[in-house]
This record gives sequence, structure tokens and C-alpha cells, in this order.
Amino acid sequence: MSPRSALALPAACHDEPPAPPRGSKARIVAIVGPPNAGKSTLFNRLTGLRQKVANYPGVTVEQHRGRVRLPSGDEIELIDLPGVYSLVHRSEDERVTHDTLLGRMPGQPRPDAVLLILDSTSLARHLVLAANVLSCNLPTLVVLNMGDELRGRGGSLDVTALSRQLGAPVVLVSAARNEGIDAVRAFLAGEVVRPLPIALPALQDVPACHKWATRMGADAGYRAPAPPMWTRRLDSVFLHPVGGPLVFLAVVLAVFQSIFTLAKPLMDVVSGAIEGSGSWLAAHLPASLLRDLLVDGIWAGVGAVVVFLPQILILFLFIGILEDSGYLARAALIADRTMAKVGLQGKSFIPLLAAYACAVPAVLATRTIEDKRDRLATILIAPFMTCSARLPIYTLVIAAFLPEQPLLGPFLGTRAAALLGLYVLGFLAAVGTARLLKSSILRSERTDFVLEMPPYRWPSFRQLGLRLVDRSKVFLHRAGTVILAASVALWILANVPRHDGQAPPIAESVAGMLGRTVEPLIAPLGFDWRIGIGLVTSLAAREVIVGTLGTIYGIEGTAESVGLQEALRMHLTVPAAVGLLVFFAFAMQCTSTIAVVRRETGGWKWPAVQFGYMLFLAWTGAFVANRITAILLGS
Amino acid sequence: MLRAIDLPEALAQRLMEMGLVPGSTVSAPFAAPGGDPRVYRVDGAEVALRREMAQFLTLETPEDPA
Repeated sequence: MSPRSALALPAACHDEPPAPPRGSKARIVAIVGPPNAGKSTLFNRLTGLRQKVANYPGVTVEQHRGRVRLPSGDEIELIDLPGVYSLVHRSEDERVTHDTLLGRMPGQPRPDAVLLILDSTSLARHLVLAANVLSCNLPTLVVLNMGDELRGRGGSLDVTALSRQLGAPVVLVSAARNEGIDAVRAFLAGEVVRPLPIALPALQDVPACHKWATRMGADAGYRAPAPPMWTRRLDSVFLHPVGGPLVFLAVVLAVFQSIFTLAKPLMDVVSGAIEGSGSWLAAHLPASLLRDLLVDGIWAGVGAVVVFLPQILILFLFIGILEDSGYLARAALIADRTMAKVGLQGKSFIPLLAAYACAVPAVLATRTIEDKRDRLATILIAPFMTCSARLPIYTLVIAAFLPEQPLLGPFLGTRAAALLGLYVLGFLAAVGTARLLKSSILRSERTDFVLEMPPYRWPSFRQLGLRLVDRSKVFLHRAGTVILAASVALWILANVPRHDGQAPPIAESVAGMLGRTVEPLIAPLGFDWRIGIGLVTSLAAREVIVGTLGTIYGIEGTAESVGLQEALRMHLTVPAAVGLLVFFAFAMQCTSTIAVVRRETGGWKWPAVQFGYMLFLAWTGAFVANRITAILLGS
Repeated sequence: MLRAIDLPEALAQRLMEMGLVPGSTVSAPFAAPGGDPRVYRVDGAEVALRREMAQFLTLETPEDPA
């Protein structure tokens, strides 16, 4: 190997002063581990629902915090740090983990102890991180996870011997099966003991660390498990030159079809409950302005959006299953060549798939892309992917204008096909934009593509469940804040100015005037002032338009008599409806995404460019779609 | 057997942390359709690399040192 200049590397942590003793405040324990070692599983196992996700100040790394209650009644604050292979920091994730362990993270006290979680089936590799963490001289429990898998595949290890060599306690657990977790709790409850000093290798010298790790393992009688046969067998199908892409396509199609078919009965239940409670309120409350606000404003507006919760959860459930089972990495591998054609890479595939749920986590997920240009390009195209916030308006318009008919027997109906078409449209816009960017301002010579293939594992219902609860909270929180506020504001704007204590006709209200102001701009697209109000309010978040239309038609009285779909048919031609779908496929109407892009790219420049570009594309696309549909229909 | 990694330091270190340490035995059991990227197996870990990057890894068969 050619000689390399030494990098500016972090010194080992010995010289750091020990954390000052804290008074009555809860002890802080950090979970550290390599990716795929089961950090989150252990974190969820210990904290259950008592956790929250936040961002570290100044950086984009997500911070998961939770509380563990001990038998003594004391509480411990648990922080799940980003997955790292070592504390030699190159990426933002590594810097956050490194700085937190050293107590250098602003606004973040140094942890009192560390749970170092390693995969016992790849111990020789993962012990490298142990050298890094032990050098920090914090009380450390080494948690060897996947103990059941190690046993099952014929591997073994002398835990006591390893503990003696590392100078720190070691436990063998299975976080997924809840085996050995009591030992972890006992460590959290017990006296904190600093690790005994042992000879550590130079952390910058990775081959030396590997030798050290291998020796540690060998001296503790570590017998590596047999290769994961199931993973090999599955990969010979999923990564088969012909079978692989077919499975890939089948998975994608299955996800889309079930978003419609599985979600339908659940959505009917939710919408029935909302309509039922709405009319009950209307019947039982005395007639007053407050009742009108509650029923026509809040119930119609918020209810119209909450209906879509089942659909969004099903999408997140599928993405969760794909991610936890390990298939997502294979999908990224299969997609790499295709992504390379537009100048991107397989790693962009994961954020882009996440963008089908929501662009915000997608933009955060781009952090796994080491290549800066590829990362920026992925951020810029992510909002084109059809996020779940578009589903409400898509499903509403499709259901209103397109009758359901089977296309491919029971496998694909016209409505699912139309939805799939919109997903493809967004994807094509993303691909086209990526090509444009990567052949001009973001051109790069070589792409750094390194992707670890984790073994396949059964997704745990508990993990998936916790994630869905988390998503529901985020969605309902938005419904309870942004959408509620928009509904109330809109109802008020639609009811002023009042004449003789009477609400004006909605067309003459402030909201109506607002809609009429933008009407000339959107008239070429076939949208009237009602849609205009929706486009303005949906600048906050896309799904708001459905609530807005619910409120407008609710006040007009059309929604109650004929339903939202029928009301839409009365006010929108078919070409305009197609235009509306295209508009929503392209426009960047989401303040959360704009905010996260600004933070990720470090300024207003990129989000401003992105918003302008997408709006231009949306208007032009809607106009073209409108004209083409009109010609096709012969009108 | 992997002999050397001729890539920028940061990238080489990342590969080594994932198990691709000079001296280890490497096989390439799977690949994406078209043969690129390829999955390299080392020490039970599997890491996918594109050809444009894998070409900087020097591999040799133990019997026949290049």
C-alpha cells in the first residue's frame, strides 16, 4: 500500500476529566454500536413507549431519547447514538457519537455510562469499536447481541474470559427475544464502575485494531458461527440475475396495490366514525357560531385528513418490514445500475424509497450517502417522490373521477393503476431532474459506493408496532396543530365580513376574495377560486387542501348533501382534475420539507431554487396535462 | 486474499472497518443484475462495491502471489 499522510485524528479519551458527579438529575446512559447490531431493538426493549425523537442542535442527526424506570423508582435517561464502526470521525454521525462520549456536544452533558452493543455473530469485526469506546474510560457494559443466532448457528464464546480481558462487564443477550435484558437493567441500576485499564491498540491503525479484536475474541474462546444459511439461500433468489429484478418489481407492485385494497375497509371505519360523530354534534349542540365552527370548520377540515391515517400507516408498515428484514439493502443493490444511469447510486434508492412515505425522513436519510454531490442531488429530487401527504388529494380525485374496474384480473384495478401512474410520474420527474443536475452543476468523477448487506432477519412486531405508534403520533400531532389551525383560520376567513350577523356567501368572504385573487393565475389550468384557496392553504402541507375543500364545501352545504367527491365533480372538469393531480405531483408544498432542506444544505439557496423549479414544473405540467386530456376527450 | 487497498485514506479506513482488511480472504458470491455492483464477502460480513471502486483493491490467490 502506498504511504499515507496521517489524518488529524481524535486523541484517545484517557486525558478527559471524568464527568462531574450530578445531583438529583437522572443518570444519562448512551447506547453505542455499529449499524445493524440491534441498537434500536435494545433501546425499544428498555424504554418501550417512553421515548422521543429530536435533533441534535446544529446538526442533522436524529437523536432518540427515552426513559427507563428502575425497580428502585429512579429513572435513567437513555440516548441512542448513531451507528458507527469506530470513533474516528469522518461523517456527521461519527462526529456526534464521538463528541457525545467526550462530553463535547453542545447542550449535551457527558453520559455517565455506556451500553456498547455488538453483534455476537460478527464479534471479531465489532470488537474494534470496543477498543474505541473503552479508551473513553466511561463505565461500560459490553452487550453482545444476537446471542440466540450465535447459538443457533453453532458459535460460542466464554463471556467471563472476554470480560476479564476487556476489563469491563460483558453480557450475552438477544434483544429481539428479550433474553438477558435483566442483566442490562441490573447494570443500569448498579454502581458505576470504570473499566480496568487494558492495553489498547492505536485507534487510527485499523489493521492493528483488527488484530487486537481477533486476539481478544480468540483468547475468549470465540468460535464464529456457521454462515447464515438462510441468508445465502434467500440471496441466491433475491440477488439472482433474473429472479432478483422480478422479485423487486413484484414487491413494489404489491406495496402499491395493498395501499388501496388493505386500507379501504379501515378508512371506511374511520370516515364513518368521523361523519357519525360530526352529525351527532350537529344534532345535539345548540345552534350557534361555535357549533358551526366545530362542525363545518374543525370536523370537516381535520376529519377529511385524519381519514387517511390507515393508508399512511400501511405504507410505513411496508417500508418498515422491508427495512427490518434486510431486503432494502438488496433493493438498493439491484437499483444501483438503474440509478447510475441518471448519475445517482444505489444508496440514493433508500432515501428515495423513504420519500414515498415522507420527504423529511428521506432528506435526513441521505446522510448515509458519503458522496456530497450525490447527497445534494438526492435531497433536491426527494420531494418529487410521491409522499404520503399526497395520497389524500390523489385518492380523493381519483375516486371522484375514475370508476373502479379490474385491469389485470384481481391484481390491479383502474384506480390503483392511476395511482401507480402518478407515482411513476413523480419518479420520472425525479429522474429527469437528477440527470439534469448530475450532468451540470453536480457532475462528479467517481462515486463512493459502499453498502453493507445485513443478514436477513424476521422483522419484530414489537419494533414495527412502536414505529407505527410513532408515525401515528406525528401524523395526529400535525392534524391537531397545522391542519387544525388551517381549518379554524379558513373557517373564520370564510365567515367574514359578516353582514347583519349573517355569514357572507363564501365567494364574497375574505377566503373567497383570496381565492379570486389567485384565480387568474390558475384559470389556464381549469381551477376555480375554491381550488385556489386550497392551493394557498396547502402551501403549509399538501394534505391541507383536502381539509380546505372539506371546509369550503361544508360551509356551502354541498359536502353534507352530496359528499366531497360529488362536490368536486360539480366544480372541476375532467381535464382540470388531471391537471390538479399533476400539479400536486410536482409542486413542493410542504413547509417541513423546505425547513429540513434549508438545514441540511446550510442555507436558503437550495430550498429556494427547489421550490421555484418545482412550482414552475407543476404549473407547466398541469397546463399540458389539462390540454392533452381535453384533446383526448375530444372537448 | 486481499493484498492492498489503493483508495483515499478515509475511504480505505471505512472499508477496513467493515472487514476488508489487507490479509483477509475475500470472495464475491453475488452481484446485481449486469454484474455490477458486486457483493464481497469477508469474515462473514458482506459489503457491496461498485466496479469503479473495487478495481482499486488488489486481490491475489495464495498459491500465486502476483
